Amino acid sequence: MLKDQDRIFTNLYGQQDWKLKGAQARGVWDNTKDLIALGQDAIIDRMKESGLRGRGGAGFPTGLKWSFMPKESDGRPSYLVVNADESEPGTCKDREIMRFDPHRLLEGCLVAGFAMRAIAAYIYIRGEFVQEAINLEIAIKEAYDAGMIGKNASGSGYDFDIYLHRGAGAYICGEETALIESLEGNKGQPRLKPPFPANVGVWGCPSTVNNVESIAVAPEILRRGEGWFSGLGRPNNTGTKLFCISGHVNKPCNVEEEMGIPLKELIEKHAGGVRGGWDNLLAIIPGGSSVPLLPKSICDDVLMDFDSLREVQSGLGTAAVIVMDKSTDVIRAIERLSHFYKHESCGQCTPCREGTGWMWRVMQRLVSGEAEVEEIDMLINVSKRIEGHTICALGDAAAWPIQGLVRHFRPVIEERIKSRKANKAA
Amino acid sequence: MPTLTVDGVEVTVDPGTTVLQACEEAGAEIPRFCYHERLSIAGNCRMCLVEMEKAPKLIASCAMPAGDGMVIHTNSQKVKEGREGAMEFLLINHPLDCPICDQGGECDLQDQSLYYGSGTSRYQELKRAVAEKNMGPLIKTTMTRCIHCTRCVRFATEVAGVDDLGAINRGENMEITTYLEQALDSELSGNIIDLCPVGALTSKPYAFTARPWELSKTESIDALDAVGANVRIDSRGQEVMRIMPRLNEDVNEEWLSDRSRFSYDGLKAQRLDTPYVRKDGKLQPVGWAEAFDAITAKLNGLDGAKIGAIAGDLACSESQKALKDLMDLLGSPNIDCRQDGAALDTAIRASYLFNTTIAGIEEADALLIIGSNLRHEASLINARIRKRWKMGNFPIALIGEQADLTYPYEYLGAGPATLAEVADGKHSFAETLKKAERPMIIIGQGALARNDGAAVLAAAKKLADAFGLVSDDWNGFNVLHTAAARVAGLDLGLVPGEGGKSVTGMLDGSLDVLFLLGADEIDTSRLGNSFVVYQGSHGDAGASAADVILPGAAYTEKDAIWVNMEGRAQLGRRAIFPPGEAREDWTILRALSERLGKTLPYNTLAELREKMIEAVPHFAEIDVVMPAPWGDFGAAGKLDDAAFANPISDYYLTNPISRASRIMAECSATYSKTKTEGTGTNG
Repeated sequence: MLKDQDRIFTNLYGQQDWKLKGAQARGVWDNTKDLIALGQDAIIDRMKESGLRGRGGAGFPTGLKWSFMPKESDGRPSYLVVNADESEPGTCKDREIMRFDPHRLLEGCLVAGFAMRAIAAYIYIRGEFVQEAINLEIAIKEAYDAGMIGKNASGSGYDFDIYLHRGAGAYICGEETALIESLEGNKGQPRLKPPFPANVGVWGCPSTVNNVESIAVAPEILRRGEGWFSGLGRPNNTGTKLFCISGHVNKPCNVEEEMGIPLKELIEKHAGGVRGGWDNLLAIIPGGSSVPLLPKSICDDVLMDFDSLREVQSGLGTAAVIVMDKSTDVIRAIERLSHFYKHESCGQCTPCREGTGWMWRVMQRLVSGEAEVEEIDMLINVSKRIEGHTICALGDAAAWPIQGLVRHFRPVIEERIKSRKANKAA
Repeated sequence: MPTLTVDGVEVTVDPGTTVLQACEEAGAEIPRFCYHERLSIAGNCRMCLVEMEKAPKLIASCAMPAGDGMVIHTNSQKVKEGREGAMEFLLINHPLDCPICDQGGECDLQDQSLYYGSGTSRYQELKRAVAEKNMGPLIKTTMTRCIHCTRCVRFATEVAGVDDLGAINRGENMEITTYLEQALDSELSGNIIDLCPVGALTSKPYAFTARPWELSKTESIDALDAVGANVRIDSRGQEVMRIMPRLNEDVNEEWLSDRSRFSYDGLKAQRLDTPYVRKDGKLQPVGWAEAFDAITAKLNGLDGAKIGAIAGDLACSESQKALKDLMDLLGSPNIDCRQDGAALDTAIRASYLFNTTIAGIEEADALLIIGSNLRHEASLINARIRKRWKMGNFPIALIGEQADLTYPYEYLGAGPATLAEVADGKHSFAETLKKAERPMIIIGQGALARNDGAAVLAAAKKLADAFGLVSDDWNGFNVLHTAAARVAGLDLGLVPGEGGKSVTGMLDGSLDVLFLLGADEIDTSRLGNSFVVYQGSHGDAGASAADVILPGAAYTEKDAIWVNMEGRAQLGRRAIFPPGEAREDWTILRALSERLGKTLPYNTLAELREKMIEAVPHFAEIDVVMPAPWGDFGAAGKLDDAAFANPISDYYLTNPISRASRIMAECSATYSKTKTEGTGTNG
């Protein structure tokens, strides 16, 4: 279990002042100037050393991502874009950061922006996050007024601006290139890659899109040392992580924990255990709606980090743990997720536009059992024709929950089809 | 130069080439829907997926830049499955109503599903239905068939330069529509019909009239403006069913303007299909002999100076040559092809040509437009200018009437005074012209067809000389014509001879006999007591003022050479025969000349063309632009204060064929009418 002194988000529950004063009391904006004095390359090297992997879901090494930004400008400015469009069902960690610790994010923007030679950061915040946007606006104003950002930010000699941009509420705008399109004022649809944002991003300029949590932890890593961060967790899965535990647990919560904590321990220690006891557990979606669910047998001893969950054909994703006990109609649960992806598909490319609707309609019939057993295989085949054939990862995200369901709960689906047939016959 | 291997074939391509293009170069066919050579890359149909070694997933070949050492497979099992998958997804919500779809027989979806689809459907759910959209009088929509390739949206935004089209909603509810369902307001809108790979956007006028396999296809040249767009005339029996663009990179690329595409129903209306003679004040249908008798009676013994001839905008080269020869034989110097009275002279060919050439626009680096709304006068040239502008570093300025040209320009002033100022180097834009290496000016008929036209032309010439518009390998002096007949007319010398009268001079009633060869854009009220012979295809202004009408052929009904504004001679071919008693125009003049006892010295089209080539050698060089030598032209004189006025007030109604067209009338009502304030009670 993570020791209290190793926590980064010390106001995760909003019990203290979230404004500048309170933040400073928690150590935010402490010697930021010195962090910047390390120099761009040193910051990036330290981030690489720390082993921090992107907290938005894909787990790409953050330091490496920063290093893709051009070291010399060809005349175009560089930008940092913060992805605060947190929309993955089950996920509510960035929201808490922006609500209760906005200065941690702002300081991260400055440090990260400086490291990648960006002149400004754009925080693209989900439209539904009203209070969070208000708090961030206030925090940005405070930071400007206190000289933390703006001209000669924090006395570092570096000029850096931060802008807040509110989205209009589309899941797809959390995809980095769709976010950039939306930020530019276009319809939120993912762009083709290559070119990657580090080369052609916002307004055609080099840009890096990072998750709120990845940016917010950066100054603390530099302050406490990359060795401290990499000493937590397991190799290649280092540091601390915010977990969002929801569903059939006694005390749903957000909690900062060490990477690689056993799933069972996480739930029992922090969320008060599964409703009705661990044996009442049916399945868990360990990383937000996009990753395949895990049946209880795997949940018993799986560790919560990128590599461990990958080994069991799931993923850490955003670390949003959705717990389902035995009262759950697991087919219906996944059908609901299917509907979500059908609803949120941007409609740009064929497999996702047409396939998500198809899968959802078949899923609907699987819920009621109005289907043939062969259709299960067809559904998997359709999901495979979406997965890996689309412009962005939404197609994959729509396919995986269904694949996970069939992988682990095929007998349940078949049973439902058969019993419906039997009922009809009788 | 990246070298890659496609299906075992090594191919070296230019940097910047996509994998799809490289595959084609290696001889591998890649199916596609959204990809189009002339539009930006969307990569959304996922039909062009290929396998690249070392890549975890299939790649969209249209969007992937070719890289050195790539190993591509286009026929592996994985690729086949990928294509079959994309095809299946495209078809699940497609209505499969091919039997009642106008695209049938020329549908990409149909063709590609045959080759790359699975043949059966696994989809058992209900199909999506999409409400129809109103896109105006030209585009028929069946949006249920749309596969969301966004070619139409990209064409409208990128080539046509109008932001009217876009997609609303998302996911499977995504729909292509115009803003608030307004008609698509572009004179290039018809091209989205060709671009649509399915039957979502089809031609409204052509709807349900023919199947593509029933049509005879005739490759010809458009004659409704002076661009000389290459077209294909699709006819069934003796009826033109539709007109489509044909590829010519140097002229129209693969686009066609709406007037040229949709005026074809005008070929069937208001036709002069028998000769007429005015008796007792009324035009009466007669036979050819009687019509010729009436003319002969008038011309008998008449002094050549009392006879005149005007050639109109749609007259082909052959008929203009015959007319010119006939007037020579009759001893008349009164002949003119400049119906609008433009101050153009035939002495220096470069003085009336679009010397830069249309493709040459792409090499220019500064442009000054004088007295022209290119969007209406030559839509396809306007599209070329927009294309050049999109490449960047292309300052454009305009003197004359302001209009939305689909690209931004600097407005310098309204009239000749500003032109003189720029020519004298006193204007800020003069600096831009001076700095440019390949500057060009385009001078429209709005600046030339006026009393001070010659002086304006001289001012433009002065400007051209002052700013180095003309050098050994560059000629940036361009006259923009609006009539397909004009350049050939000037080439053939259809201008007043020694002591001859121009159009203005002929229109004062001083002539005894006036011959109008399809001349309809003149002020017929000024014909006075002249005995008017009108030869042409349509009952328009000229015919109603005529005393004798000789029915001629429209441009689709004759083999003819057309010379576009670049001076490019192109072969128009006959798709159908002229209706009724109407005849090819040169044969009418030939027959008349014999009746008059002044027989023209040719009996066949070949003999006539021989004479034409004798007089003007470049008529022999089909589809070639012969550079015209620079010289002295224009007449210095006093410039008027009056602002330049654009010659076209209604893009859709510029010629007798379009004016006879119901489709064009509808377009005019939709787009051209100035909107009147509506009240609550007028519907």
